[in-house]
Amino acid sequence: MVKTFSLTELDCANCARKMEDAIKKIDGVESASISFLTQKLTISAEEAKFDEILKQASKVCRRIEPDCKIVG
Amino acid sequence: MTKKQKKMFARILVSAALLVFAYILPIPSSFRIFAFLLPYAVIGWDILWKSVRSILHGQVFDENFLMSVATIGAFCIGEYLEASAVMLFYQVGELFQSYAVGKSRKSIAELMKIRPDSANLERDGEIQTVSPEAVLPGDIIVVRPGEKIPLDGIILEGDSFADTSALTGESLPRGISAGDEVMSGCINQTGLLRIQVTKPFGESTVAKILDLVENAAEKKAPAENFITKFARYYTPCVVVAAVLLAVVPPMAGMGAWADWIERALIFLVISCPCALVISVPLSFFSGIGRASRSGILVKGGNYLEVLSRTETVVFDKTGTLTQGVFQVTAIHPDQVTKLQLLEYAALAEGYSTHPISHSIQEAYGKELDLSRVTQYEEIPGHGIRAVIDGHDISVGNGKLMEQSKISWHACHHPGTQIHVAVDGEYAGHLVISDQIKPDALETIRALKTEGVKKTVMLTGDAEVSGQAVAQQLGIDEVHAELLPAGKVEQVEILLSQKSAKGSLAFLGDGINDAPVLSRADVGIAMGGMGSDAAIEAADIVLMDDNPWKVPEAIRISRQTMRIVHQNIVFALVVKGLVLLLGAIGLATMWEAVFADVGVSVLAILNAMRLSAKGNFLPGNRKKSGQ
Repeated sequence: MVKTFSLTELDCANCARKMEDAIKKIDGVESASISFLTQKLTISAEEAKFDEILKQASKVCRRIEPDCKIVG
Repeated sequence: MTKKQKKMFARILVSAALLVFAYILPIPSSFRIFAFLLPYAVIGWDILWKSVRSILHGQVFDENFLMSVATIGAFCIGEYLEASAVMLFYQVGELFQSYAVGKSRKSIAELMKIRPDSANLERDGEIQTVSPEAVLPGDIIVVRPGEKIPLDGIILEGDSFADTSALTGESLPRGISAGDEVMSGCINQTGLLRIQVTKPFGESTVAKILDLVENAAEKKAPAENFITKFARYYTPCVVVAAVLLAVVPPMAGMGAWADWIERALIFLVISCPCALVISVPLSFFSGIGRASRSGILVKGGNYLEVLSRTETVVFDKTGTLTQGVFQVTAIHPDQVTKLQLLEYAALAEGYSTHPISHSIQEAYGKELDLSRVTQYEEIPGHGIRAVIDGHDISVGNGKLMEQSKISWHACHHPGTQIHVAVDGEYAGHLVISDQIKPDALETIRALKTEGVKKTVMLTGDAEVSGQAVAQQLGIDEVHAELLPAGKVEQVEILLSQKSAKGSLAFLGDGINDAPVLSRADVGIAMGGMGSDAAIEAADIVLMDDNPWKVPEAIRISRQTMRIVHQNIVFALVVKGLVLLLGAIGLATMWEAVFADVGVSVLAILNAMRLSAKGNFLPGNRKKSGQ
């Protein structure tokens, strides 16, 4: 399943890159990509684990850029 | 500027003023540190706060943290002015970056303006304003002058002009009237239109374009992946080098601690790969945006990269280089005048509905007085015999002439030949063929000047007509009488012939060529949003059916790649050089700030050249010749 989310308060391109790297490492994620320019996060992962993955992804983003939030 | 940006701008001004005062006022040396800490605090408090938070999160290589360490370190070794200035310039760079990115985002948002907000649905004689998603195929909508056409459909009533510039980049409005198909996203200019909707909003032209553009940024080009990989190792390496630089030489007794720590701080200032991480994707983004403005939709940065290496361009013939519409291309009378010949042919064909009759009538262009035709007989596979103004007229192919025992001669022009005889005497012939598009010749020429090595045409048509078109246009290679599978085979052969670095682009109108579109290195589908399969298979979609967009797309892709490479080389060289000079003690904090912020700003400015308004590429024309 592939889903796209918007990111708010994503101010730094290098942080976006770091988040992408970190989200890719979350268990169950097949692929992930962040476009700093369109402020979008696309995650492709197993449907059953998706909610858990999203929770972890939010945590990862907060760790790298504290103000950044994932919205639907 | 946004509110946030304005606030930052004010902070920069205040801090800069305080910094200047601290520098020029005669402050006793014991108070100097406080004079410089004031502007530092004004400009840097949020960076310091962020760095505290990130260090709590274990982010050692966070740029805020590194910048804080570098500036605090500078204060510790007594470089007050440098410390405050580095922070100030860092924020200036950040502000500029956020402003530039916002601007580029806006250019894409402008494209998003083609999204219609509402539709005027006609139901039971009443008009309701509904969202475009609520309209179903078969429904009738009303579009007033000045409104956007919200959904694809067929005009039932009304004459108007449609402004298609948002979709095709073509500035000349197109005349539309009842029976015409219209695309959503165009602006209805002059008349009221009643339109029967043919597709739900989700499948409409507008929805497809938006989807395509929004997803374009996700397909990353190799250059972008290179930067990502580079950035992953760059910061840790530079930071480790900084630590070693601060500790090892002084312990080995090679000089004072302060001296080496200063060199290490220089490293920290340059440790962010920001210039690269932002400017390369921004260049691709701008390139894609620039292309969309010309009605060229590119599905990802990777396709721009492949397109820039185009060596072979393969064209489909019918509908791509030619109009796909049959027209009278030659009139060769014997004994009679051209007009007479055409008139007899048009009258004789007056009752026929055959496409060929249609093109003859179109060429004649006047009202037909069919009362002049007193007798009429259609002979299938041969043509027509009729009595017009009391003369026996035969109009048809060679077989009809043979049958009527009329001495006739064939024509050397490629196309379908229609012979005419008057009272048993040969009167001449008309040639009907597909017309070459007005911009086709220039397209091939422009491709040659762009350095494309080989142009190839594939067609299902007869060898003769294929050769004729190729010769007229100066195309290098023709393969005729091909079935769709044969086209794929030919593309395979051409792919094996090109050099390893070059790429092959295929341009087709999307009818029956989806397999070829996906087989080519870059598949370009034209004619806008005609066939769904083609859009799916293509890497680049041209919104109109002008082949001229191909050299334009190649030019945009090359300009984009040039800027990408310039930015990569420039940033690497400057950073590398300052790191080197810093390590041997020849660079100061000032050079380091330039290598960090200055390079970012210059690279971003360079990337933005692509999307700048009025960026007409060299050799580009503002308008098609139509």
